Amino acid sequence: MRITQGTFSFLPDLSDAQIARQIDYCLDKGWAVSVEYTDDPHPRNAYWEMFGHPMFDVRDAAGVMTEVNACRRTFPEHYIKVNAFDATRGRESLRLSFIVGRPAVEPGFGLVREEGPGRSVRYTTRAYATERPEGERYPSAAEDARAHG
Amino acid sequence: MRIKPHDAANRDRQADSSAMTDTATKDRAGNDRWVAADEHKRAKTGAARYRAGVLKYAQMGYWNPDYSPEPTDVLALFRITPQDGVEPEEAAAAVAGESSTATWTVVWTDRLTACDRYRAKAYRVDPVPGSPGQYFAYIAYDLDLFEPGSVANLTASVIGNVFGFKPLKALRLEDMRFPAAYVKTFAGPPTGIVVERERLDKFGRPLLGATVKPKLGLSGKNYGRVVYEALKGGLDFTKDDENINSQPFMHWRDRFLYCMEAINRAQAATGEIKGHYLNVTAGTMEDMYERAEFAKELGSVIVMIDLVIGYTAIQSMSRWARRNDMILHLHRAGHSTYTRQKSHGVSFRVISKWMRLAGVDHIHAGTVVGKLEGDPNSVQGFYNVLRESRNPQDLQRGIFFEQDWAGLNGVMPVASGGIHAGQMHQLLHYLGEDVVLQFGGGTIGHPMGIAAGATANRVALEAMVLARNEGRDIWNEGPEILAAAARSCAPLKAALDVWGEVTFNYASTDTPDFVPTAAVA
Repeated sequence: MRITQGTFSFLPDLSDAQIARQIDYCLDKGWAVSVEYTDDPHPRNAYWEMFGHPMFDVRDAAGVMTEVNACRRTFPEHYIKVNAFDATRGRESLRLSFIVGRPAVEPGFGLVREEGPGRSVRYTTRAYATERPEGERYPSAAEDARAHG
Repeated sequence: MRIKPHDAANRDRQADSSAMTDTATKDRAGNDRWVAADEHKRAKTGAARYRAGVLKYAQMGYWNPDYSPEPTDVLALFRITPQDGVEPEEAAAAVAGESSTATWTVVWTDRLTACDRYRAKAYRVDPVPGSPGQYFAYIAYDLDLFEPGSVANLTASVIGNVFGFKPLKALRLEDMRFPAAYVKTFAGPPTGIVVERERLDKFGRPLLGATVKPKLGLSGKNYGRVVYEALKGGLDFTKDDENINSQPFMHWRDRFLYCMEAINRAQAATGEIKGHYLNVTAGTMEDMYERAEFAKELGSVIVMIDLVIGYTAIQSMSRWARRNDMILHLHRAGHSTYTRQKSHGVSFRVISKWMRLAGVDHIHAGTVVGKLEGDPNSVQGFYNVLRESRNPQDLQRGIFFEQDWAGLNGVMPVASGGIHAGQMHQLLHYLGEDVVLQFGGGTIGHPMGIAAGATANRVALEAMVLARNEGRDIWNEGPEILAAAARSCAPLKAALDVWGEVTFNYASTDTPDFVPTAAVA
């Protein structure tokens, strides 16, 4: 499967040039860009790890791309996203958030159903990967091929 | 841009002309008496004002061209069409009177009250540009005329009694201004645009939805199938239609249970938060609360109500939604009966303001390009009223008054009705980012299936946002951008082939009266 969180996940993976143009757009608006990563992509995981603070004072896309690439090198099998924060009164929240890195293999989520009275069901969404400890959740493509023949 | 104002100079001219036409009449004692030609428009005072009998509304003090509105006044702009022979000032005074303290005759009990303060004042009347016989009447209401936090009380005054008034051929409430002190008596949208996005974890693009079709007749199980396919394919929301409640073919509990299965399956399949607007509209508040509680217990992020449940029921459901962390979707069922015609009724921009006060998170507010009524400027005016923290006067978009929303959350407008992926550039251009685009037929009617229809819409949307952010001219290059995206997305290619040329080009009935012109002053 392909996790489709983020603004552009239905498009083919963005090239670095495309990512840089989106970052330019954010910087032109005066938003602060940040990089986050996780290996727990549950849709309600609100707190991905911060790869440093939002870059309030970085004003060019090249500077942000340096951080994106550093994060990719450090966490090649994690989900990585670029966020843009707008501090304007009335918003004070994200304006754009899109995935720029993902594991080679995405096993996806299982649905656990707990049947209750009156045909009601309590649902739990569980990432197959998070059954393993943090940091060991997404094998590289090569490891995955070995494990599955 | 400037409109012809009924300004002080104008008033001076009127005063001059009335001075020249003053005439001599006999008073009761038979003595000559000078009477101003506009005496019938002037407020009487003292004993003359309260002598039993019938006075013109203007003479009762409801027309006051010298009044300058207080910052704490509630202001209303009415479009009035007086009967032949009724002067516009008198018609305006009648509207002010009947929407505040007046009745048809003088009553002495007024004198037991601070009646000068409670009387609404019509303070300005302008001819409507290009519409002979119609006038814009500005009326100011003292804040103490209204119960805090009650849209029912506000509307009982402002539209309660005046719309059938015989001296008027027609009457339309065009716009209102609420002072911050009054806005602050309302809790407003329980969630708001910003928090809704944070809860859904969706930023930087319009949200996507679809209404399940056919809107009547599907069993619960079949209904949930449509929800599952559409959400899995890429939509953020699906939606009950306005008239899906609890009918013989599908009991509401059945619908809720199957929809929740569909939502959770789609969340697991995509890793995204998904929702379905479960319509809790019912015959009584007790039934609505029961349905809303059930939706909450099942883990739904959103419930839905119809405008026809009434303003008080809407405010009650808003309180419930705020207490339970639920997004509240409002379907504007029935509004066109009074919003569409320009001469009579209530403009949707006023309904938008009332619903922001009443506290809904979503409201259908027009598409511009779809199958339902919606002039581009008027619709943008509604959207601005719903979304912005402050609205400046914007006559081109039908906004007559500056409005400060005093920190009230924004309402997410919903565009629904006859829109398709081929219009994505126009939709993004006209409606911006904070909007739910709902493609019902444009998802479910897709030749490759419902999920493919959803994917086509999502790919079209993401491609258009990407291009816009890159600085491309989406208005002109839109079709090209869509065609390029369709090269790697067969469902989008199929959608463009089927619907690419479908348009609904009819003249709008509800258009603003002002067009921008070169400034003259």
